[in-house]
Amino acid sequence: MSVLAPARTPASTTAPRTAVRARSNAALVGGVAALAVLAAVSLFVGVADVSLGDVLSGRADYELIAVSRIPRTLALVLAGAALATSGLIMQLLTRNVFVEPSTAGTLDFATLGLLACALFWPDAPVLVKMVLGTTFALMGTAVFLRILKVVPLKDVLIVPLVGLMLGGVIGAFATFIAYRTDLIQSLNAWTTGDFSAVIAGRFELLWIAGALVVVAGIVADRFTVAGLGEAFTTNLGLDYRRTMTIGMTVVAVTSATVVITVGALPFLGLVVPNVVRAAIGDNARRSVPWVALLGAALVLLCDLVARLVIHPFELPIATVLGIVGAVAFLILLSRRRVRG
Amino acid sequence: MIIATHVSAAYGETIVVDDVSILVPKGGVTALVGPNGAGKSTLLAVMARLMGAKAGTVSVDGLDVTTTPSEVLAKRLAILKQDNHPGIRLTVRDLVGFGRYPHSKGRLTDADRVHVEQALDWLDLTGMGDRFLDELSGGQRQRAFVAMVLAQDTDYILLDEPLNNLDMAHAVSMMKRLRKAADELERTIVVVLHDLNAAAVYADHMVAMADGRVVAAGKTPTLMREGLLSDVFGLPIEVHEVAGRPQAVFYAR
Ligand SMILES: Nc1ncnc2c1ncn2[C@@H]1O[C@H](COP(=O)(O)OP(=O)(O)O)[C@@H](O)[C@H]1O
Ligand SMILES: [Mg+2]
Repeated sequence: MSVLAPARTPASTTAPRTAVRARSNAALVGGVAALAVLAAVSLFVGVADVSLGDVLSGRADYELIAVSRIPRTLALVLAGAALATSGLIMQLLTRNVFVEPSTAGTLDFATLGLLACALFWPDAPVLVKMVLGTTFALMGTAVFLRILKVVPLKDVLIVPLVGLMLGGVIGAFATFIAYRTDLIQSLNAWTTGDFSAVIAGRFELLWIAGALVVVAGIVADRFTVAGLGEAFTTNLGLDYRRTMTIGMTVVAVTSATVVITVGALPFLGLVVPNVVRAAIGDNARRSVPWVALLGAALVLLCDLVARLVIHPFELPIATVLGIVGAVAFLILLSRRRVRG
Repeated sequence: MIIATHVSAAYGETIVVDDVSILVPKGGVTALVGPNGAGKSTLLAVMARLMGAKAGTVSVDGLDVTTTPSEVLAKRLAILKQDNHPGIRLTVRDLVGFGRYPHSKGRLTDADRVHVEQALDWLDLTGMGDRFLDELSGGQRQRAFVAMVLAQDTDYILLDEPLNNLDMAHAVSMMKRLRKAADELERTIVVVLHDLNAAAVYADHMVAMADGRVVAAGKTPTLMREGLLSDVFGLPIEVHEVAGRPQAVFYAR
């Protein structure tokens, strides 16, 4: 390689680039198709049997399908896609691959907001709950970012540990309050993700989280730029603080809606973006669709496992996700050890 | 033309740039030299609105950097800081593509892509476009960052120690390319250099800083003087004519 060679006029590279893009679009279409199959399987698995044959021959319990099965599958897809995307956004904005709503205390703060609502305005409309949950989640994110700024953390691993501790403290405080006020049951519903109670009329809030995935896809470039750091962001003429605020708001709203409707789903935002990162990198314009897709797929799968292992009973999906997430976390750590 | 007028900058209460006024003429290469801690990086950051000044103003072709909208400035002036950690996993081509952000807001047009390929080519990175930054050597990564600010296609390019991590061949190559960018692409390059001799050969103008102040500024030959350089760096420095160029000699036993 001659480093002193004069600059050559670049060969046209537009054609091969277009081919690459066409191929990755085709892969994405394949991914969506696979997700659709998975969703269909999820639709037909449950305590009460519904088979495709029944549906086709008109013997199925359509009410069951419309009221319970379809909402549950939709909720799984929306929550999975949204939380995984939130994880990606947080990782870009904090420049730390171990940060996600459950390792930054965000979910715990959202839960505390809901608890506050249950205490002071038990019959509040669901939108009020969402606003409160979001506000608390945003406050939690601000506290987390503040800690990161004040305490110089040398190791990337310390960051999520600080977040987990922060979440632990808030969680303990919430438990104490809930215990004193007889709200432990509500608290459990928020802290332990579970889709078994999802029926029509009780999950629609998740469409907001789904819409935010689309928003994230549209402003993806800003998140990638912010991921390069404050100096790069300012150099490119982008307002760093505003980008942080947009991103963290998306994360907070997503966290609040998911906690309200189905409860916390741990590690989802950690596992999925890291798998996608290893494969195609961090350019969010390219990775958001994959993260959303795989997030939905992972939740559908874990939900199937949760429903089948102790059939006819059900495990909370949070338990299954917790195991999957913990194993993935360990794999990530050991790979880091090898590289570092 | 970049004009800094009575600029002071501080971290907390510690003033590290103290009442600095300089004028960077349009065109050519201006080298900023001085010992570690002189305030070169801080001054550069203030000039590029990455950091607020405690006092004073900076204007770029008449645009005040603190009041001009950031996205307008981003088309006039690009800066690359001293230590850059990508932090995220991007390919070289994607990174350089983000240099086009001020123009395209992310949706690259064919014209943008031409700029990207040219910048890659200029830094000898064409074969590495699809490699991830975190899988490159420090020097290759440094070149990728420079390609990014080049693709930004601004009149002014501010570079803070771009020779960091480069071996001799790549350091020479980098300086030649900066020189060429000034001569052929009519860019104005402001570059912090710790290698006095690189400045002596490639810069038209030099600014010497020490202790947060400008000690001397002017055409390169007027700064390559023994007494002046010895004072600035606090080290005996001899200047000899080598191959028609003033060169500083400072390693001594
Ligand atoms: N982020 C910072 N916080 C506090 N002090 C800093 C910071 N960055 C630089 N300094 C101090 O400011 C002075 C000037 O630093 P800098 O502008 O980086 O100098 P140079 O680039 O000439 O080596 C140094 O004394 C340095 O220790
Ligand atoms: Mg410096």
